[in-house]
Amino acid sequence: MKALEYEIAVIGGGAAGLSAAAKCAASGRRTVVIERGEELGGVLLQCIHSGFGLHYFREELTGPEYATRVLSQASEAGAGFLVSATVMQITPDGPGHLLTVYSRQEGVIMVRARAVILAMGCRERCRGNLGVPGDRVPGVYSAGTAQQLLNMEGIVPGRRAVIVGSGDIGLIMARRLTWSGVKVECVLEIMPYPAGLSRNIAQCLEDFGIPLHLSTAITGIQGKDHVESVTFAPLVNGVLDLTQSQRVHCDTVLFSVGLVPENELSRECGVQLNPKTGGALVDDTLMTSVPGIFSCGNVLHVHDLVDFVSQEAERCADSAVRYCAGAVHDDQPGLIPLEPGDNVRYVVPNQVVAGNPHHLFLRATTILEEAVAEIRDTEGTCRFTRRLRHVRPAEMISLDIPGDCTADARGLTVALEEK
Amino acid sequence: MENIFDVAIIGGGIVGTAVAYRLAHRALSVVLLEKEPDVCHGVSKANSGIVHGGFHYSATTTLKGRLELRGNQAFDRLQRELGFPFQRCGILVVAFAEEQLATLEKLHAQGVANGVPGIELCDAERTLQLEPKLNPPVFGSLYAPQGGVVEPYRLVFSLMSAACLNGVELRRRFEVVASRNLGESWEMTAADGRTVRARYVINAAGLYADVVSSLFGAEEFQITPRKGEEYLLDRMSQARPSKVIFPVPSAHTKGVLVIPTAGGTTMIGPTAEIVEDKADRTTTAKNKERIFGLARKMVSGVSERDLVTSFSGSRPVIEGKEDFFLAISAKAPRFLQAAGIQSPGLTASPAIAEYLEQLLAEAGLPIKDKPSPFLPWRSTPTLRDLAPQEADRLHATDNPAWTNVVCRCERVSEAEIRAAIRQGHDSLEGVKLATRAGMGRCQGGFCGLKILRLIADELGISLEEAIRRESNGKAQVSILGGKEK
Repeated sequence: MKALEYEIAVIGGGAAGLSAAAKCAASGRRTVVIERGEELGGVLLQCIHSGFGLHYFREELTGPEYATRVLSQASEAGAGFLVSATVMQITPDGPGHLLTVYSRQEGVIMVRARAVILAMGCRERCRGNLGVPGDRVPGVYSAGTAQQLLNMEGIVPGRRAVIVGSGDIGLIMARRLTWSGVKVECVLEIMPYPAGLSRNIAQCLEDFGIPLHLSTAITGIQGKDHVESVTFAPLVNGVLDLTQSQRVHCDTVLFSVGLVPENELSRECGVQLNPKTGGALVDDTLMTSVPGIFSCGNVLHVHDLVDFVSQEAERCADSAVRYCAGAVHDDQPGLIPLEPGDNVRYVVPNQVVAGNPHHLFLRATTILEEAVAEIRDTEGTCRFTRRLRHVRPAEMISLDIPGDCTADARGLTVALEEK
Repeated sequence: MENIFDVAIIGGGIVGTAVAYRLAHRALSVVLLEKEPDVCHGVSKANSGIVHGGFHYSATTTLKGRLELRGNQAFDRLQRELGFPFQRCGILVVAFAEEQLATLEKLHAQGVANGVPGIELCDAERTLQLEPKLNPPVFGSLYAPQGGVVEPYRLVFSLMSAACLNGVELRRRFEVVASRNLGESWEMTAADGRTVRARYVINAAGLYADVVSSLFGAEEFQITPRKGEEYLLDRMSQARPSKVIFPVPSAHTKGVLVIPTAGGTTMIGPTAEIVEDKADRTTTAKNKERIFGLARKMVSGVSERDLVTSFSGSRPVIEGKEDFFLAISAKAPRFLQAAGIQSPGLTASPAIAEYLEQLLAEAGLPIKDKPSPFLPWRSTPTLRDLAPQEADRLHATDNPAWTNVVCRCERVSEAEIRAAIRQGHDSLEGVKLATRAGMGRCQGGFCGLKILRLIADELGISLEEAIRRESNGKAQVSILGGKEK
């Protein structure tokens, strides 16, 4: 078995991993990116539409263009890459970590690293995970798989499609399938509001006259050798009203019903997870409950924009670099809990050092047209407020908190109040 | 002159393949006819994978009770010979109400009378010791340490592969639609016109055994499908018990179980519902709720968040008969019935094979051992179970594909998938059942296309064709920019 040694090992070569590796390597740390796919770039490679990079690169890029940018940054900074290489296990190794890596080229490689950055991204929830009733027949895809089939392989999966869930990939695929001559019958969303970005609702559905049925659930998939139809019904006051059940004929069903951080590897090495996000519990350095293991990007929490993934990855890289220099300690003194309050589904990080400046990401549980983000301490004193407009569960909220706001606090809660 | 086989087995489920494996040891020519593209694609595919404990039925008054116990005891030897996943993890039938204790006592007495080794009636304290994940209050249990779990697909596939290695012929996509008695032999015709001749025929056609029986002019009976839905939980589910957890049974069903599967996941189910359609493989919202409700009451940590997938299959029940129908036909010559093999058919299968072999002898077929030695079947190693050193050695000495992880959720290598395709498991479903690739939490979201590409590569067809093949050509796939067909 081969042995390799690095200061920082980044697991995952998508936007998060490449952005983190660029920063680590640019800071002079020997860094390796370990990617299980054959190519670096992750899911960006199949996202051939534009709309990426407006915040991070200040220009509009396609997914592959964005991937190329962050890949060149990482390789120019001197990061190393292992592709077609899967990390099977992370075990403690003295002050660092030992990664068991299976590679098609090299066989088994043992990679030693002082710090590890988890950047494995997320996976799509699928039909099976939801337990959607009906026949088990071909023609059912998760939206990302259909996207890969169409954009990477040039294969159109059917003629008439129904999209279940209004996640962004599903919306993008509604437009993509329409362009490829597929009739997209409708998009079904169980919640009373869309799961994807407002701009995608406008540009991918409304522009093409594709109906979006809100508060509507799929009740079955029918077919013998292949999908033949889908049935759905509205939810009235949260209860399925089967008397208003409808059937639509189609040969393809796409599921875009949420993303799940891929943290099985993290769990196996003892990283504690936040049940709300499925991502690791982290402090304000983005270090997990296992010292020296950091997390960023969609494996930490599912982001709306890749730009925020890159920004978070940079901050994560910065912490890992400081960890290697001994400037971030395994037990940071002065950590206090940061909890989600009213109308907040989750907040990242989960612990902060009182008195330091912080960058928070949070998501709302509901739609608020005019809102105020408030941070209160355990005494109920409000330490920070910011006005927000058009708050949507689908869109992440990013807050920069100055250090003096949180000085001497023993615990903090962040809430969204309607104005 | 067309070859005449000594024995034709109709149906490649657990019964058909167990018989094939047994007869492969004898000086006989044997053919197995399967209507699907692969074996284990009917009743056996949705089997719960329990090796039952031998106490649910009386071994003196029922054939299935007798064969269950004998079958159970054969599993250690079979596993040594074939290498399929099997664990004797034990079975615990738990009373969650005081009035259920009487039934437990009856079952215990039956187990003792049947001669089940190690069977034990436990009080509440001992029960919770044996299985700390049970939800109190529990009032007692019946513990059968000899019970276990097996991966049904790997069991069936390895029986078939070992049989084929030793001369049994497998005809896939061979649905028998007609038969003709030629005096000394039967001629069977497939839907596509192929024919096969054999002196003796075993009807192991599962849900369609009634149709087959009728085709040969044998006994008339009706197979009623009794459908069961199963719900599969993630291998990281907190609910995974150390033993198979049964509720106290009712008159018609053993109830909803919590199963620590041999593959490392947790499965809850099955239901038991009479349905009309033999091809019904649907799952329903109502049963999902019911199964989760019942399982949650028995074992803590059962959560819908861990749901990976659900599926269903039907048990082939002979109308008006709960026991197995294993007999020499009284109406059709040289025709043997192996019908109505519902639970505990998988457990009993090694003993069913033995029983059918005796029936063949009774019907006049001389059973003699093969003069040549039986060739041992070597199952493909599974990457999941290999130490890194071993994986590295296989990468260096056998094939670099050993360290290419194609299915990340179940950790299946390219080498295993290619081997499965070459063994004839050349569909997504076949690869999944043979290797577990695509069976995990992402349900093929990440690896489905990779596997299709491997199938296309191995079969020398296009990816588009490989997709179309998955749905008997019904998929409306087209190449982007290509002409509308």
